[in-house]
Order: sequence, then structure tokens, then C-alpha cells
Amino acid sequence: MSMNVQLEVYEGPLDLLLHLIKKNEVTITDIPIALITEQYLETLEAMQSLNLDMAGEYIVMASTLIHIKSRLLLPLEEGDEEEEEGTDPRDELVRRLLEYQRYKDASEDLAKREILNRDVFVRASEAVQEVKSKEFAPVSLFDLITALRRVLEKLPEETVHTVVLENFSVRGKMTMILEVLNRSASVSFESLFETAASRMEVVVTLLAVLELMKIRAAIVKQEERLGPIMIEGVGSLGEVKDRLNQEGNEEVEGHGS
Amino acid sequence: MDRDQLRSIVESLLFLSEASLSLDRLSSLIGGVENGEIKLVLEELQSEYESKRRGFRLVVVAGDYQLRTPTENSEWVKNLFRGKATRMSRATLETLAIIAYKQPMTRGEIEQIRGVNVDGIVSTLFERQLVSIVGRKDIPGKPFLYGTTREFLELFNLKDLTELPTLKEMDEITLPEVPEQNILPIEDDDDQAKSDNDSTETDDHSEKTEG
Repeated sequence: MSMNVQLEVYEGPLDLLLHLIKKNEVTITDIPIALITEQYLETLEAMQSLNLDMAGEYIVMASTLIHIKSRLLLPLEEGDEEEEEGTDPRDELVRRLLEYQRYKDASEDLAKREILNRDVFVRASEAVQEVKSKEFAPVSLFDLITALRRVLEKLPEETVHTVVLENFSVRGKMTMILEVLNRSASVSFESLFETAASRMEVVVTLLAVLELMKIRAAIVKQEERLGPIMIEGVGSLGEVKDRLNQEGNEEVEGHGS
Repeated sequence: MDRDQLRSIVESLLFLSEASLSLDRLSSLIGGVENGEIKLVLEELQSEYESKRRGFRLVVVAGDYQLRTPTENSEWVKNLFRGKATRMSRATLETLAIIAYKQPMTRGEIEQIRGVNVDGIVSTLFERQLVSIVGRKDIPGKPFLYGTTREFLELFNLKDLTELPTLKEMDEITLPEVPEQNILPIEDDDDQAKSDNDSTETDDHSEKTEG
């Protein structure tokens, strides 16, 4: 565990190299490539053995180091493509290391400045506002689940809807209304819809009422303008049911589908 | 309006304002007073706060005037501060320094210097409004060019970019003699303690690999 943390302090291959150079107290312009490469690879191995997710950049640097090392081992042949005098294969790496160190130094200078909301503060506002937009209260997994449940609760229950739809046929409703009318001489139009759970059921109920009127099994009355609409049964239940079976069969089927 | 009254008014405005105030803004708020006169009382206030070690200092950030508490009071002031204290990792600071000195530059150019991918860090800096997209580089792919913002100047107490500490020349760069402490420059106390531990462990481990 502690090893894991230890390796995280390197900000990348250049940082690791600088660390090795400093640790070995060697001159940056005259890096003992063999030694540094060896230690670099050992560190990489350590990182791998810890199953750290190693950035590809570390591997690229390893190959660069090995490449430099091999070039240093090879005797310079005449007419080598490296025409320039005194070209050291390490030069490019040294330049990169120095450049990186330069900005590391600069970042440390920046860190020493009087930093807003660390060293110096201003009246309320800006800083707080900025934080306000970023600093949300932490959300736990359970909060998320609760939120999801609320969303699900609000969802119209589409599937249930469809099942209900199949339960209502105009015919079924007609029979139901007839039974209601059999029990009480008249009912209000609205009361027929009280149990309706969906728009579809309302429509089916209305169609049933219209069918009943059509086959003269029920009549619709209103005692005064804008008053309650009342529905009354006509004739006995058995009689109407017979009529329903005989006469209205086809028509009802037609409307109900 | 005499000088004392003007100074008093300017002080009131600075005290009340949540944002920093430019000289022009102060001038339009006061009205009928030369900018030069306002600048004069601003300087008087500046030196007064400084010399009397007052509880706030008048600083120029991003070209505007603002009252800020002095660093030596931070220990006490931060307890009152309701926001989140500024914290930055070393990687963030390094990336920010590179952009600040070499702007405008692309992500690719930043990566060349740091030797690692900086996508995440640049996005964070962008979200914190410390850098912004200032254009596109005229090379294949037309990558975005990043530069620092006014918020960057405000964060680091800078008048403008020229106030950045001078970058060392390449031949001036020396590596610190002692193995680096790996101190995360801007961290609160807890993290500081943690990073100290880290560096100790680094050294331990390095010795092992050596042997």
C-alpha cells in the first residue's frame, strides 16, 4: 500500500528521471546513461509489480533511454548520419529535462505567491460564488437510488395501462351498466365514470352508454338545463340482455373493436 | 471635495465592492474627479494600510484595485472564509506555469514539456476558468490554443502577466542538491503531512532498488 503511494509522486517519466539524476548526484549534462537507465527500468518494474496503471509515456521514455544507451555504445563511424560535430545522443534528453525543470521551478515560484483563498482573502462574493457553483453536497449511492425511485414513481405506468385496456370491452361495460341500472332505477352520468382508471376506460364507458341508448336499453334524461344527466334503464334486465344478444350483437362487436 | 473626503469615499467604495474596481469605474462612480487625483489617494491608502499594518491591503490585481487581507492574517481569516480554500496539485501547478509562460500553446506542446498526457489537467484548469481557449493553431488538426485568464491573475495576486517571476535561462537551471522533498506546494496541512510521508517512502524504496 505504501509503495503504491510512493510511486504516485512522480509526475511523469521526466520527473522520475530528474529524481534519479538528483539521487545519484550526477551532472545533468553528463548523465551516466547506463546507470540511470538501469534504475529507471527497476522503478518501472516496481510499478508494474504493483499493478499500477502505468502511463504509456513511461515506456516510451524507457525505449528512448535504451536507444541512447545503444548509440553511446556504438563507435561513431565515419560518414555517420550524425554529421554535426560533438553531437551527443543525450543532448535532446538533457534539453527536455532542463526545460521541464525550468517550469517545475516556475511552478514553485507561482506556489509561493500570495494565493487567493489560501493566503489572501477578499470580501465574500467572487470566491464564494465560484465555489458555490462547484461545491455541491456529496451524493451517496443511496441518494441516487432514492432519486431514481422518485423518477420511476412519476412514470406513467404504460404497461399496466395496456393490460387494463384489454379488460374493457364495450360489451362488458354495457353489461356492467345494465347491472347498475338494474339495482337502482337511475344513476347519474358522472357516477358511471367514478371508477374509471384511464382515459380508455372513460371512452369505453361512454361508448357503452351510447350503445345502450341505441338498442333502447337505457334512456338519458336531464331534469333541467345544465343539471345532472341521469341514466335510466328500460325494461327488465333479462329482456335487455336477450335483446343485446340477439339484435345488438354485430353492431356492438363492430364498435368495440 | 477635498482630498480627505475623496480618500474616504474611495475607501468606502473599495470596502463595499465585491469585485475589484478599475480606476475608470471608480472615476465614474465618484464623478467629476480627475483620474490622476483618484490614483493619488489610492496610492495613499495603499501605503497607509501597509505602514500601519492594517487588516487589509489595497492590491492591484489584473489591473484593478481590490482590498485583500494580508498573508500574515491568513491563519485566522481562513476560519471565517466560507468557500473552499485553494488547493492545487503539483501537476496542476506545473501545467499552469507552462501555459502562463509560453502562452498561447496547444495541449500537445504542453505535453512535450511535461512528458505526460495533460488532457485531464487542462480540462480542470479550463473548468476553473484559469485558462481559456484563445484561438486555434494553424497546423493540421487546428488544435486549440490555451492562454491564462483574468481569474489566473486574480488567483496569483498578479497585476498582469509581466509580473510573473522571470523564467530562468536554460543555463541557470540547476537541480537542487538534496533529493527533492516532493512537497506539494499548495496543499492544506493534512495533505502536506501525507506528502511528507510519501517522499520518505520514496527514498526508502530507492535505496532498496539500488542495492
